[in-house]
Amino acid sequence: MTPSVAGPSGRPPKFSEAARTALADTQLRRNLAAATHTIRERRAAVVDEVADWEDLRDAGAAVKDRALLRLDSALEELERSVVEAGGTVHWARDAAEANAIVTSLVRATGETEVVKVKSMATQEIGLNEALAAAGITAYETDLAELIVQLGDDWPSHILVPAIHRNRAEILALFQRAMPGVPPDLTDDPAELAAAARAYLRERFLTAKVSISGANFAIAETGTLVVLESEGNGRMCLTLPDTLISVVGIEKVLPAWRDLEVMLQLLPRSSTGERMNPYTSTWTGVTPGDGPQDFHLVLLDNGRTGALADEVGRAALRCIRCSACLNVCPVYERTGGHAYGSVYPGPIGAILTPQLRGVQSALDASLPYASTLCGACADVCPVRIDIPEILVHLRGKVVESRRHRPVPTPEMLMMRSIAWTMGDRGRYESALAQTVRWGRLLSRGGRIRRLPGLLAKWTDARDLPMPPRQSFRAWWRRR
Amino acid sequence: MTAAREEILARVRAALAGAPEPPEVPRDYAVRLGGPEFESRADVVALFTERVADYRASVRHVAADELGTAVAAALWGREAKRIVVPSDLPYGWLAELDGVQALADSSALDPPVLADLDGVVTGCAVAIAQTGTVVLDGGRAQGRRLLSLVPDYHLCVVHVDQIVGTVPEAIDRLDPYRPLTWISGPSATSDIELSRVEGVHGPRTLEVLVVED
Repeated sequence: MTPSVAGPSGRPPKFSEAARTALADTQLRRNLAAATHTIRERRAAVVDEVADWEDLRDAGAAVKDRALLRLDSALEELERSVVEAGGTVHWARDAAEANAIVTSLVRATGETEVVKVKSMATQEIGLNEALAAAGITAYETDLAELIVQLGDDWPSHILVPAIHRNRAEILALFQRAMPGVPPDLTDDPAELAAAARAYLRERFLTAKVSISGANFAIAETGTLVVLESEGNGRMCLTLPDTLISVVGIEKVLPAWRDLEVMLQLLPRSSTGERMNPYTSTWTGVTPGDGPQDFHLVLLDNGRTGALADEVGRAALRCIRCSACLNVCPVYERTGGHAYGSVYPGPIGAILTPQLRGVQSALDASLPYASTLCGACADVCPVRIDIPEILVHLRGKVVESRRHRPVPTPEMLMMRSIAWTMGDRGRYESALAQTVRWGRLLSRGGRIRRLPGLLAKWTDARDLPMPPRQSFRAWWRRR
Repeated sequence: MTAAREEILARVRAALAGAPEPPEVPRDYAVRLGGPEFESRADVVALFTERVADYRASVRHVAADELGTAVAAALWGREAKRIVVPSDLPYGWLAELDGVQALADSSALDPPVLADLDGVVTGCAVAIAQTGTVVLDGGRAQGRRLLSLVPDYHLCVVHVDQIVGTVPEAIDRLDPYRPLTWISGPSATSDIELSRVEGVHGPRTLEVLVVED
């Protein structure tokens, strides 16, 4: 059993290479800058009006920790509650197992089409592709997911997966790929949304099976919670006969009351609204109202590995609000695709390597996809110290390479520095050499280019010319 | 199947070996609306009205004895001909309806039929001032969840005693074992350049009538 988190197909390049391509795309940078700045301001405005915001963050972090630090009993309680309320609970160790469970549940209904509510968990496991391989068509119903699906594109943001597309691009896509699109459609967002409404209406009204994720699952009562805006979620959660929800095991909250914290933190942090238009909660099945067959698939897929890391486990508090993406100076410029995972941005940089491991070049590069400025930690509604975990994971990346037969250049350099600094004589003579060479290399008081591997440092910044004598030399002479 | 369950639980237990005790949840956040501006019920109701209107939903106050007229006027304003109502909607709400056919909900009304109707009238279980939210729980005058979803127009009647100040007060009043729908304004999307568009799959128009005692 190996966890897998979906990313763009092929062998993805490491972050710094992918970022270079993204940075060269001026249209992308314009789209992203406009979008992230808009949502950043919107969030700040609705957070500022909440006097007890910091108390809510404290409570939110503690609620999640309380669930995570007794996750075994919380999951058992959740299972019991859901079964008592008439649902069925399945457990999936990894993506392949979850996909197999969902595929067989859909097959059992005899249907070959399903409608889907936007869900990170099902994206993570590549469910749509697995269903397609089994001859089942999955229709994404969230507008941004629909844009991504029709364009055979890859999501670039947790909340707004098509954030990298502007209205003109979306119009062109609808004209090309959406059957029955009105011929006089313009790029007015209201018209584009109306076209999506018309396109999906028929599917909603006839769908027999739907697939969702969940924002929260409450152990005490067995209640699942989905927050959304468009009503596509309500359509999927209410109209079909069968509902299958794929939920990561870290989504559990201990008690019903905990929802009073999360329903204040999440909408303000994610869409910058006091409350999102629609929130649905359901507990098992309700006779005569909504799906009469409900399945909950609990997904591990690497989460227990993250849970075992006492620093890294805080990442499992994440409620997928995407506030950290919106404030991140790196994300704002590179966009989400460079992160090579369904989880982009700062949270992706700590979540993906923990779920997938740091063996691949891409995953090992993700903890470095940050300037450690800390803006993400400031906005995180559940107080995840993202910079701390990034640094911790950088340590893990280095550690994982320590036993390679051929050491990395960085490691060779660090080893020689350690050797040099381990002895006073060696250190002082190295210092004298550094000062001499540094002064030779500098022009106009600055070093603009270092030789060899060290050039990476000066690619992005100058170094000041070292002073004529070191502190030690000066001290000795006074 | 059980193998997966046992293995995941075993992994969780192994991962948590030596982990600290789970913390108590500090609940220092506000449970009620505080401050001098919320001294009376009327202040809470006024905040609800303001916040609902912020979502570009229409909201009006009516006296209890004017409710029938207000419901009829709202429907006439929409030129609604056929609407659906929960089967237990109080008769008085529709007493003034003239020229509008109100179908009482039954299992015979499937989604395609509901989609062709001009609207729905429901009550609610709780309303939240701070967020401008109405919550439906399938109880009296609310009916099945799809009633307030499939028709394009939703007229929601809120009695002032159903309005609470905050989300924690609402959670305290609600029953988690009922299917709940929290509605804050008409359906909307910001998926295109984050520019907000009201009206996607859910009702494109939401009207709220606040009934004073």
